[in-house]
Order: sequence, then structure tokens, then C-alpha cells
Amino acid sequence: MSDTRNISVVVNGKSYQRTVDTRRTLGDFLRLDLGLTGTHFGCEHGVCGACTVRVDGTAVRSCLMLAVQANGKSVQTVEGMAEGDILTPLQTAFRDRHALQCGFCTPGILMTMAEFLEENPAPSEADVRDALSGNLCRCTGYQNIVDAVLQTADTLRKTRDAA
Amino acid sequence: MKPARFTYHDPAAIADVLALLAEHEDSRLLAGGQSLMPMMNFRFVQPAHLIDLNRVAELGYIRADAGTLAFGAMTRQRQIQRDANVQQACPIMIEALSHVGHRQTRARGTIGGSISHFDPSAELCNMAALHDAQFVLARKGNQRTLGFDQFARGYLTTAIEPGEMLQEIRLQRWAKPYGFAFEEFAMRHGDFAICAVSVLLTLTGSGAIDAIAIAVSGVAPTPQRLRGFEAAARGQMPGHALCREAALQAAAIEAMSDAYTTAAYRTHLARVLTYRALEKAVARFKSQDMT
Repeated sequence: MSDTRNISVVVNGKSYQRTVDTRRTLGDFLRLDLGLTGTHFGCEHGVCGACTVRVDGTAVRSCLMLAVQANGKSVQTVEGMAEGDILTPLQTAFRDRHALQCGFCTPGILMTMAEFLEENPAPSEADVRDALSGNLCRCTGYQNIVDAVLQTADTLRKTRDAA
Repeated sequence: MKPARFTYHDPAAIADVLALLAEHEDSRLLAGGQSLMPMMNFRFVQPAHLIDLNRVAELGYIRADAGTLAFGAMTRQRQIQRDANVQQACPIMIEALSHVGHRQTRARGTIGGSISHFDPSAELCNMAALHDAQFVLARKGNQRTLGFDQFARGYLTTAIEPGEMLQEIRLQRWAKPYGFAFEEFAMRHGDFAICAVSVLLTLTGSGAIDAIAIAVSGVAPTPQRLRGFEAAARGQMPGHALCREAALQAAAIEAMSDAYTTAAYRTHLARVLTYRALEKAVARFKSQDMT
């Protein structure tokens, strides 16, 4: 006998109504129920950060939240970043700086760094490394990710100055 | 991985939480979920009823009274980090929180959840020990308040009984000016500490120790205050000899051993970090004296 709830969640601007098992994690809900497989599950116990999504703007682990807890909330995943073929400045910098290799950890890092840059538009390298500490990457050694985030801050600053 | 089946409850008021706790013996309270959810995903914990506190708005607050800083159990770690009152009244708390997990886990993780879980090396448990915290435990129709020594029972174990909920944590805050330091060693930033040491102190006009508190965590199953040293240090000049004495007292704590970290290594860290923390707290007190 399963325990279910009807939930209503806005994901990347689109509203979804679903009946879910209450034990369904938010990450499984996004991947299995909505088919949004951009959010990756690595460790499923809150250590690797690959599953990070934004709930009402806040970057959180989607493996440590239940889908039912997102009822009535707005969720953003990596699929909600680019508009068609037009990448965000953060995604562009990741491509330019080779900040990904296998790409498995990248969605979680993009979600985390997008939130971080909104709160810290002019971060130091140490700030970036501190903010990045909750995301594991086994390919890059992090240096190119740090470079990409700093480049993004720079690009956004120039855009603001020009405006 | 997913949790075993449970019946989910999401009450919006404390009274409703306590009624559910009284009704369902095999239940767990879900706070920020940054420790309980991993344990449920691994199926170390399989409660029949999960009582989610995330809709209970009245459990999220920070109240600065004369002499105390009170936190509702569901106050998020990030909210504490960014609170102007805490930054002003209790800067050591901000330093300690910078070591608690990562930005994503602090966004969800709560002070009450961390303290109820009671990991021996958790920074917030160390802060509770250092500040002689009081814990308000509520059950249906009843409430009690315990001091730290009554609350801390052992490894991952507190005095919270079945049917009870940790509702509020009250830290006894020190009047400024005081010196403080928080020193920690973890394998990677944000990991659970292997050892952490915190110090609060004031010095007299002549530079002797007036009041001092030292809490060492990650060594024994619960955070330990160096009570003997604290009493003996009053009136003494804080130089190399006194720092060394504190370090030896910390090294005398009977240390745990596990598959990753030996007791000898924990003892070594307790000694080194206590020396550093005391030295730093003294230097900080003196530097603010001159400004």
C-alpha cells in the first residue's frame, strides 16, 4: 500500500500536476515523472552535488528533498537555463574554458554557481572555491570551473557597466 | 535509492506536530533533511510515519534577549549565517557555520535538526556546548528545559524521548568585548570535522584570564568542555605555558577510534587545535582592546 499525494509544481516556468508517492525524491520526480533527465543523480545521499536544482531560487540537493515538499513551489533545472540555442553567460564560459569533460557533475555546478553569482556578483577566487566545495568533479581538477565562474562574473560586470 | 515506504504528514502548527508524535510511536521528525534523508535513502532509518516540519513557520526564528540568543528549531543554517543580530552578538557562530556542510546543505539544514542528530563533530553541537545551551523539549501537553550536560547522552544520542520534539535552543551569550576562536580540521572543507575546538574568553585589565570556555568536539562521543582547565585558568596570564596546559587537558580526553581515524590522531588534533584556538582568542581580545 503506497502513500500518495497530488502535487502541483512549476518547473522551468511550466506547471505540472502529478500524483506522487510521498517517498519520491524531488530528483526522481524530475527525471522519472517529468522526463527532465538533465538533473543527474550521483551519490543520492547529499555528498556529490550533481543533483542540485533551484527551488524558489535556492540551490538545494534534489536527492535530499521529497517531491511532495516541492508542492506549490517553483523549480529550476539545467534545462531551464538556455533559451533554445542561446546559452547563458555561465554556460558559455563553461564551454570557452573547458570547464567540463564528462559533464556528469555539470548541471549541479551550473545550478549552484548561477545562484552564487546572483548573490556575489564580484567574487574572489577563494569565494568561488568555497561555493564550489559542495560539488564533486572527478575530471577537471576544478581549475577550469573556477576560471569559468570568474570569467562569467567579469562578463556580467562588463554587461552591467555598458548598460 | 529511495526511502522505504512511510506515511507522510505535513502539519502547519506545533500543536499538530505534538499530537501526531503522541499518536504515532514509530515516527520521525523531518527538519532540513540533510542527515535524516541520507539515512532514509540508505534505509538505515525506516520510520512508519514521517512528520515534516517544513510547513511549521512558528519554529523558524532568531530572538536576541538579554543574555541569550534563542533559535527556533527549524531556523535554517543559512538564515543564522546571514542574521545581523547573530553576526553582531555571536561572531563565533558565523565562523563555526562556515564549516557546516556546503551552501546547498546550509540552505536546507536547520539548527534543531543538526542538534537533534547530535553528530559528535557537528559544529552546532560544539556551539551549544560552548555557550551552555538550554534545550526546550516539547511533548503533547508538556514542556521541559534541559541544560547541555543533561541533554547530551552519547554518540548520536540526546535526551529527546519518543513523543518529544526539540522546539528551541537557547545559547547563553557573552557580553562584549570577548576574544573568540574556532579551529577545525576536516579532510576537505565542509566535510564533518575530525576535530574542532572553540574558545571564548575575557581578560582582566592586567591581561590575566577573567572568564574562559573551551569546547572540544570530534574526540569523545559528545562535545567536551575543559571544565577543570577553565576553573584553574582564571587569574593566570595567557602565554605559552597556559596554552600548553589547555592543549594537554584537551589531549587527556579519552578519544574515539574508527575505520578512518585513530584515537591517537584525534588526540593529536585536539592538542594542536586547542593550543591554536586559545592563542588566537587571546590575540583577538587584545587587538580589539586597543581599538
